Amino acid sequence: MISENDVKYAAALARIHLEDDEASRLTKDLEKILDYINKLNTLDVKDVQPTSHVLPLKNVYREDRIRPSLTQKEVLKISVEQQEGSFKVPKVIE
Amino acid sequence: MELNRQTAHELLDLLKNKKTTPEAILDSVHKQIQKSDKDVKAYVRLNQNKVDPKTANSRSVPIPIGIKDNMCILDEETTCSSRILKGFKAPYDATVIEKLKKSGAILIGNTNMDEFAMGSSTENSCYGATHNPWKLDCVPGGSSGGSAAAVAASEAIWAIGSDTGGSIRQPASFCGVVGLKPTYGRVSRYGLIAFASSLDQIGPITKDVTDSALLLNVIAGYDERDSTSVNAPVPDYRQALKNNVKGLKIGIPKEYFVQGLHPEVKNAVMAAIEALKNKGATFKKVSLPHTEYGIATYYITATSEASSNLARYDGVQYGIRELPKKTRKSPLLDMYDETRHVGFGAEVKRRIMLGTYSLSSGYYDAYYLKGLKVRTLIKNDFDKLFSEFDALIGPTSPTTAFKIGDKVNDPLSMYLSDIYTVSANLSGIPAISVPCGFSKERLPIGLQIMAKPFAEEMLFRIAYTYEQNTDWHKQSVNL
Repeated sequence: MISENDVKYAAALARIHLEDDEASRLTKDLEKILDYINKLNTLDVKDVQPTSHVLPLKNVYREDRIRPSLTQKEVLKISVEQQEGSFKVPKVIE
Repeated sequence: MELNRQTAHELLDLLKNKKTTPEAILDSVHKQIQKSDKDVKAYVRLNQNKVDPKTANSRSVPIPIGIKDNMCILDEETTCSSRILKGFKAPYDATVIEKLKKSGAILIGNTNMDEFAMGSSTENSCYGATHNPWKLDCVPGGSSGGSAAAVAASEAIWAIGSDTGGSIRQPASFCGVVGLKPTYGRVSRYGLIAFASSLDQIGPITKDVTDSALLLNVIAGYDERDSTSVNAPVPDYRQALKNNVKGLKIGIPKEYFVQGLHPEVKNAVMAAIEALKNKGATFKKVSLPHTEYGIATYYITATSEASSNLARYDGVQYGIRELPKKTRKSPLLDMYDETRHVGFGAEVKRRIMLGTYSLSSGYYDAYYLKGLKVRTLIKNDFDKLFSEFDALIGPTSPTTAFKIGDKVNDPLSMYLSDIYTVSANLSGIPAISVPCGFSKERLPIGLQIMAKPFAEEMLFRIAYTYEQNTDWHKQSVNL
């Protein structure tokens, strides 16, 4: 059973601020969804290999060659705030 | 003749015989958008396209196309119908967009979707809901609901969607058009804004099967910029359009015909099977025993992957940035928390939370790992059947389009409308939805055909044969 504290903890991990009413609504929603998901517990999967991906791929490497890429200027066009060729964020260290 | 009501292959014939021009086609589509999109709301923004008559003739496929709002188009806004990406203009083209541009396609605009492709109704959009052209108080399905509605309303000749758990096929079914989810790895996802990377796949939404094959010809192929794209030869899919299913062995999964399937949908699908039987295909009842675990498995995998993929929307680089009025933790942490609080809608938050929870310490084995193991069982079910059968057939969705607002407050019942579609994503196989009838309320019904990996040609052959012997695809809405 998921508690409101679990939800608040997950929200902190996910870096989402939740208002109190949001947290309690989410707790109810997630409780219902997890209750449904718990039907997987009726299956015995002890000896089953997990599938995280359907293709038999391991590491995919590309040839190491220089090719055209976006310039700093082109990339920074999308920035919320920039300064001296960098993305600017609020103060990190007081 | 209203050009916008024609299929792409019909228009290409007209162009070849100089009976029309790319300008005239584009004009007819724009007129339709002006006339009906205030009611359908398929588009979230339109591009100001001008066809250059000098280059038009050398273009191979100068056909107006709608693009789901989760594919990057150079210097155009792309938002995934989310507030958090408002104002984001991609600095590059997605591979699919690059291929379309090269083919001469005219990108008319971005189509509405459930925020970050999370939903089955196109109601979870920061731009508001899209309406089903067949019945405006119903949903078009989702998450590619804008693309499906645009094609159904003849506001686009064809469109591109993406499918993570049914997001091309279910809206195609609800809107009476053809929707294909290709094999995982068939179409490059470079520049597709990721939702669940082990499941996402881009595909065509079209008025008929021929157009589906034509559009797949344009977008399929290996791309080294997408490490999950598969380096397998791309056949000319038009060659697969044969009106012949003689001798094909098709399985009917009994788990797709259980309680919850609407009788009208069941009858239409059974009639479709009968029609294919008359053309010489043989059918046998089969079993996909883990079908009932599909939705649970899907929601664990998809949300876990999403919680990681969506971590990048934090206000640092692009999109929006929000700060709370009062400091809570520190200026930087507050920016993350508040940007995501304001920027994400309710369903996206719900899924990020579910994914974060099932990946978190103490719950990983019980949820995420268990989900991956059941995924193996689901995939094995399909592998086993495809060693004996050419294809599997059943309904795309258990019901026809539901009313707008009916399921928004009940996430679980919304999730269950994808019960027949999620398995194809979990197994990586291709699947197509084609129109196979109407309910008494005159809402379209979709038939789903599934085949083994890279057997898109088999899907086209069966779907094409069905289409040639029925006329559901010729029925259209007049808005």
